[in-house]
Amino acid sequence: MLGYYASIAASSFRKNKALATLMVLVIGLGIGASMTMITVFHVLSGDPLPGRSEHLFVPVIDPRPLDRSPSAGTPSMDGNFTWPDALNLLHAARADHQAAMAGGAVPVRPMQGAGLPFYETGRYTTADFFAMFGTPFLSGGGWTAEDDAQRARVVVLGHALSRKLFGEGPAVGRTVRFKDVDFRVIGVLDDWQPQPQFYAQMDSRAFGRSDQFFLPLQTALDLKLDFVGRLSCWGDSGDGRTSDQCSWLQFWVQLDNPAKVAAYRAFITGYWREQQSHGRLPRPVDARLYGLMDWLAYQHAIPDDLRLQLSLSVGFLLVCMLNVMGLLLATFLRRGGEISVRRALGARRRDIFLQLGVESSVIGLTGGLLGVLVALFGLWSVRQRPDGYAQLAHMDPGMLLATFALALITGALAGLLPAWRACRIAPALQLKTQ
Amino acid sequence: MPHSPLLASLGRHKLTVLLMVMQVALTCAIVCNVAAILGHRITQLSLPSGVAEDELVMLESISVDASTDPLVRHDTDLAALRQLPGVRSAAAVDALPFNSNNWSNGISLVPKGDARLTATAFNGTPGELATLGLRLAAGRDFLPEEYLPLGAAQDWTGINKVPSTIVTSALAQQLFPGQDPLGKVIYPGDGPVRIVGVVDHLLRPTLDETAGNEYATVFPMLPDDGRVTYVMRTAPQDRERVLQQAMARLAQLDSNRVLRRPQTFAQLREDYFRRDRTMISLLLAAAFGLLLVTAAGIAGLASFWVQQRRRSIGIRRAVGATRHDILRYVQAENFLIVSGGVLLGAALAYALNVMLMQRYALQRLPAFYVPLGAAALWLLGQLAVLGPARRAAAVPPVVATRSG
Repeated sequence: MLGYYASIAASSFRKNKALATLMVLVIGLGIGASMTMITVFHVLSGDPLPGRSEHLFVPVIDPRPLDRSPSAGTPSMDGNFTWPDALNLLHAARADHQAAMAGGAVPVRPMQGAGLPFYETGRYTTADFFAMFGTPFLSGGGWTAEDDAQRARVVVLGHALSRKLFGEGPAVGRTVRFKDVDFRVIGVLDDWQPQPQFYAQMDSRAFGRSDQFFLPLQTALDLKLDFVGRLSCWGDSGDGRTSDQCSWLQFWVQLDNPAKVAAYRAFITGYWREQQSHGRLPRPVDARLYGLMDWLAYQHAIPDDLRLQLSLSVGFLLVCMLNVMGLLLATFLRRGGEISVRRALGARRRDIFLQLGVESSVIGLTGGLLGVLVALFGLWSVRQRPDGYAQLAHMDPGMLLATFALALITGALAGLLPAWRACRIAPALQLKTQ
Repeated sequence: MPHSPLLASLGRHKLTVLLMVMQVALTCAIVCNVAAILGHRITQLSLPSGVAEDELVMLESISVDASTDPLVRHDTDLAALRQLPGVRSAAAVDALPFNSNNWSNGISLVPKGDARLTATAFNGTPGELATLGLRLAAGRDFLPEEYLPLGAAQDWTGINKVPSTIVTSALAQQLFPGQDPLGKVIYPGDGPVRIVGVVDHLLRPTLDETAGNEYATVFPMLPDDGRVTYVMRTAPQDRERVLQQAMARLAQLDSNRVLRRPQTFAQLREDYFRRDRTMISLLLAAAFGLLLVTAAGIAGLASFWVQQRRRSIGIRRAVGATRHDILRYVQAENFLIVSGGVLLGAALAYALNVMLMQRYALQRLPAFYVPLGAAALWLLGQLAVLGPARRAAAVPPVVATRSG
């Protein structure tokens, strides 16, 4: 029966070629535009660290003073820590792993002595970083808490920087010169580029960025290496980076089970209260603990512009659907005569409904095919953008299936109302008037 | 044109008309909001930065060797850069419009008071104003004795000692509305700073959605960090050559440093707004797409109705209606449908705007966008229906005599 309906559909489209083409085009554009953005979103909202993310948390303690007037443009909570608070939580060591970190940038001297030094970005962090995030080492390993305390001049290199400095030869044990200080290479990471770079401060460059070196935070502070990222200060404090009135550090903890999560939450609440008794952290106690994925959502890891584009494309699809709905209704009602003849010959309402449903699904599917092409083009154009997320915008088999599903659903939904209206045509009346 | 048969006829296609009205309404709502966002982005894109954009080139120098005094090195470098043919003036600075190097201070009007707002500090060597091409609207440039080091190694303590500042007129207006800002005192750090000059424009290194994009203070403080930006002013046609020569000259003076981001100010601006330009073209495409789809829908439905009603049109022609009457009839019908859509759409546009304002940092929909969107849709509807309407008018009266 469905085959018969499909052939009726085909003949009806042949009769109304222009209109059928218009409907297919409109559905194709709508599906293509929305699937482009849905795919970009799907790719960007993926888990940057599968298998580990559910155990990783960001504690948030708001160190700012109370009196800051709102007109001064208080930035939203970025979750950054002051140096004393980060140090206290590190030393308390209540989590399975904990690490403080900040972005850094240093001039690197090329080994062969030729050419100007070049700039490289990386991370200043503490010992647990590698174990907590499960970074894959090509050779060597990270440093210890002891190295942190002793401000050891050791460094873990990214694969790309290691290759740039030492070629394919072994790097561990060799010396690299950052600014005017020698560091001993103790490890080389395999390509490790979680997208977005979740552990850094979220900004418009969270996607596409990677770190090429890691060295102890206290060493960097000691040597006054250059930091990257937001430093917010308040009050009239003394020494910037180590002051308890400047926040700039990111802090992550690993908590392996829900009981530990609850315990840690209680711990940081207690910490905040305790600090208040020393006259610090004047804001009302509201210690929070965000899971990795919640943190990304809270920090708007996906740029607002992209969200707006997604809403826009869905709105566009909605208009396209209304458009096709109207056109389908007009075509179905035009065929009132034909329908009433079929009804008079014994077709039930649901036969008519099914027949018209098949017709709209054919439109939907054909539109979907076109939509896939439009989406492929759309994703290509997204990849041409200069943003860090651009290179991630690829169609995968799952999204391809989703595209067809969306097309089919759109077609069926667009056909539902018109088919329902058309199958209510009374046989006798239509025969008489024609 | 009596409207009663028109309404009666539309009443026979309630559902179709309703769908059409909804489509027009949704299109109107979205297009109005898209147009407002577009307007805002384009305004940002064309904000005057206050500097001589066509004549500036810059490059960043980061020293590796911590042993030489940065102040001395900057002087040496600048002296060498000023020697280059085509360089009219040069200065070492930290912040520039669009360079994202934003050091903001809370500004209060009393010692240790609450900050009224935050403003970016622009610091540079003597001649910064002339090099950047900032226009003094009132007051004077800094005096040589006012300059002091920024104190980067001591947590930028220069801000507590600096005697004078030049502010933008936007900042002056905000701090001292209706008063002469010259001679007034502000507190960006611990100590009092006297306003000695006002420039008409200077954009901050990063823009945002708030009104404070020009809250800027220029201080006579010398960058004494290892990292500095050299800005040179030159004739527009010399920019590329000057950049290359500057790179070579600085590398020759001291090869133990990183030289990066040699660029013209035009490139800096272009990079800064790249995302906005992508967004603008996308928004334009979306708006055109929506209008096109809606126009196609209107035209498709209208021509379909004309086909369906050939016989009725023939009868009307036979009983005396002129071609013009038929044309007007179809046009009036379309006008009625679009009007319904536009009315609903105006309400929807505001609802959508409220929703967008909550979810994104968007501003209120300026009132004139809605009538603009409505006018666009009316015009579009009339254009879309013109073809079918003329075909309807061309139906000869003799059709009435044929059956079915």
